[in-house]
Amino acid sequence: MTEASAALPAAQATVVRKIDIGLQRRYRAERRFRAYGIVALSIGIACVVMLFSSIVSRGYTAFEQTRVTLLVDFDPKVIAPNGDRSPDAVMSGDAFRFDELISTALQKTLDIEPDDEDGLYDALDLLSKGSTPMLRKLIADKPSLIGTRSAVDFYATGDVDAFIKGTIHADVPESQRNIKDRHIKLIDRLENTGTMHLAFNTGLFTFGASSRPELAGVGVAAVGSFMMMLVVLTLSLPLGVAGSIYLEEFAPKNRWTDLIEVNINNLAAVPSIVYGMLGLAVFINFMHLPRSASLVGGLVLTLTTLPTIIITTRAALKAVPPSIREAGLGIGASKMQTVFHHVLPLAVPGILTGTIIGLAHALGETAPLLMIGMKAFVVNYPTTPFDPATSLPTQIFMWATEPERAFSERTSAAIMILLAFLLAMNSIAIILRRAFERRW
Amino acid sequence: MGPLTLIALIAGLSLFGFFLGRWKSIAMAGSGAPLHSRPNHYGSFVLVWTAVPALVVLTLLVIARPLILDQTIRSHLPSDIVTSGDVSLAISGVEQVADGLKAVTPDEYENIHLGVVSARRIFADHGIPLGGDVSPYQLTAAIAANDTERLITLTTTTAVVGALALGLFLAFIRIKPRLRARNSVERVVLTLLIAASTVAILTTVGIVLSLLFQALQFFSMVSPINFYFGTVWDPRFAAAGSSESGQFGILPLAWGTAYISLFALLVAVPIGLLSAIYMAEYASPKVRAISKPTLEILAGIPTIVYGFFALVTVGPMIRDYLALPLGLGNSGNNVVTAGVVMGIMIIPYVSSLSDDIITAVPRAMREGSLGLGATRSETIKRVVLPAALPGIVGAILLAASRAIGETMIVVLAAGVAANLSANPFAEMTTITVKIVNQLTGDLEFTSPQTLVAFALGITLFVITLGLNVIALTIVRKYREQYE
Repeated sequence: MTEASAALPAAQATVVRKIDIGLQRRYRAERRFRAYGIVALSIGIACVVMLFSSIVSRGYTAFEQTRVTLLVDFDPKVIAPNGDRSPDAVMSGDAFRFDELISTALQKTLDIEPDDEDGLYDALDLLSKGSTPMLRKLIADKPSLIGTRSAVDFYATGDVDAFIKGTIHADVPESQRNIKDRHIKLIDRLENTGTMHLAFNTGLFTFGASSRPELAGVGVAAVGSFMMMLVVLTLSLPLGVAGSIYLEEFAPKNRWTDLIEVNINNLAAVPSIVYGMLGLAVFINFMHLPRSASLVGGLVLTLTTLPTIIITTRAALKAVPPSIREAGLGIGASKMQTVFHHVLPLAVPGILTGTIIGLAHALGETAPLLMIGMKAFVVNYPTTPFDPATSLPTQIFMWATEPERAFSERTSAAIMILLAFLLAMNSIAIILRRAFERRW
Repeated sequence: MGPLTLIALIAGLSLFGFFLGRWKSIAMAGSGAPLHSRPNHYGSFVLVWTAVPALVVLTLLVIARPLILDQTIRSHLPSDIVTSGDVSLAISGVEQVADGLKAVTPDEYENIHLGVVSARRIFADHGIPLGGDVSPYQLTAAIAANDTERLITLTTTTAVVGALALGLFLAFIRIKPRLRARNSVERVVLTLLIAASTVAILTTVGIVLSLLFQALQFFSMVSPINFYFGTVWDPRFAAAGSSESGQFGILPLAWGTAYISLFALLVAVPIGLLSAIYMAEYASPKVRAISKPTLEILAGIPTIVYGFFALVTVGPMIRDYLALPLGLGNSGNNVVTAGVVMGIMIIPYVSSLSDDIITAVPRAMREGSLGLGATRSETIKRVVLPAALPGIVGAILLAASRAIGETMIVVLAAGVAANLSANPFAEMTTITVKIVNQLTGDLEFTSPQTLVAFALGITLFVITLGLNVIALTIVRKYREQYE
């Protein structure tokens, strides 16, 4: 450029230089604009990374839990004072007698003098308050233990757990922490003897709601979610597919079908909380179905997922080329036979993908479930869809508002479990799409 | 027989009918007459005629049952209770007694009937605790209710079994080679398909009616003018017996909703739109193949996760690095926290739709501009974006409607105090938060404190519906323009 301009007359050269300057400015603008795009995209991706790292860094510790292994002397005199060793006899009567077993075991492990009551209470503070019922249940399930001496894993309290994991620091002034200096001494002794150790937290996957973090888990909530997903699947798949077949294959183009079409698109964008209010007013207030039941939750979620399923099913049906239909009709099949024997089977992969994605959305839905009372303290596994149940997201919501550190850790862990489910479902959908996708 | 047994019976018999019809048609075809339809159609013909009438009868009777029982109990209530207005309470009392009577043994029943022992004690032995002693009218009403119930059960069983038998028999004898079984089966299937497609309409009607019904009840207690133009939100939980109802002004909530959504759009629109432009116009296929699904992950994450993220990560950060140094607030729950996190959530809604819309702009327009010597960014700014603008506006409106209806993020991160303030670091609350607050816990569907949620709900529904309709019309029109 510069060489060429040098050969030109002076007047023209200034013009070219002006153009040249303008061009540089324009190129700078071009680079700037491009940079904006890169920055915006990086911010977006950084948000994804930050979200996941924030959850994982808070939650991974919850998959391990502090246990205290004590050598318990299953003294028949204490457990069965009248000689009856049946499970019923163990489960009835004075529960405090099992405290004694734990106290004795602690005294032996920590060499606490039998008359040092304060020392014993400090040691007992370290164990979960649920230890006694747990021990009792263990004996009732396994009466052969009586009279033997064997090691039993007890849970430490949520505070001890947090201390072991380093989230409660020893350098904080003693008055500001729940774990006092005398507890720390005991913890150190237990750790040195290997009595107190970290183990995989199975309770997180099997327990239900509890006010004690060490005994709280997502098992019951996961079963509730699973039941709701079953209800959603059995209702929304047939309804959605049938509705889409009519709209896509049979419906005449008139004002009524136009209205349905607009309506479905709008339903997909209605805030989910509104569906919850519909469920509250219709299913609970009007039809008197039980509150907090997974059936009602499933019904509400069916309504929220139905538009998604209809939209994706219609897209899948639309993607089947008209030649398939014409061939079917041409060899004498009725319209209905063509659709059910030829078009629908070809659309199945698309329908399944849409259904799985719809289910994944339903699994993470929280607000409508709050409306129908799924925010409940449920300890027992629901066995029928009419039993009170919670779901994974509502359990997360309840834990999220608990102030204790141990609950915050569990909230993140529960979120990781929920996200793992969603990831699995979405991966299945992607794999299905890849495996069966057909280009016509 | 209970409804579940009856359904099982219906399923079993209609399946039996299917094979019977199929067998008969094949037998007839064997004897030489050509069939009009396939054997399976004859089977389905019998199946449909066995199952459908029986199911209709069963559904009607199951719906009628509670209504009839209610009427029976009502007719046995003493007149002073009917006039005092506690009818529903009295009915549930009688229902409890009726349940109790079903559980007792014949001997005990006799004793209760003669008045020898207290019914309450016997019921308690059977695990049915009562609030008080059983009064004579409750006993007679309960006995009458149980008798009626037995009668209804008997009627239901007879009617369903009758319908099954009749349907099966009539359909079976109607099978002839000339019967157009396929046509009639297909008509039934088509009817089912049409019924399924109207569920969407029914849902909308259900939403509107249920919200409207309760909202109108609310407006009969609080005037719409006070609701829509009131600047104070102070519902106060109604203490039993007091007629004090508090103030229900929606404006602070609407302001909170709008303010938070505005922040969300301030975050989402630049990031989403610029990412979409970069992905559509600059990025290599490789970058695009990774970055597009990564951004779309954000759309698949449940909102409760964003809420928790806002509560424990973003909130404290904004409090410590922005609100406290600026001296504008001391809480992590504020408009900025909720707005920023909600903005992150709606980035993919903006970026995905915009990306689709930008790529839909015809190549010829770009090539024309580039051919005239414009740089890429100039082409984008002067040609592509103006052409795509209506669609992008539609995408932004859709994102805004998401933001307005979003619940879990604001429940966890925005606060509960209804403030009418311009300070973005102040705690503020939204329409959806108040719906959740008013509708969780003990519910009484007669107090304005509960019913106000439905008035808020219908307002929210109308606002989001309006935004959606406008947005979808714009997007649709735009798509047609270049097709």
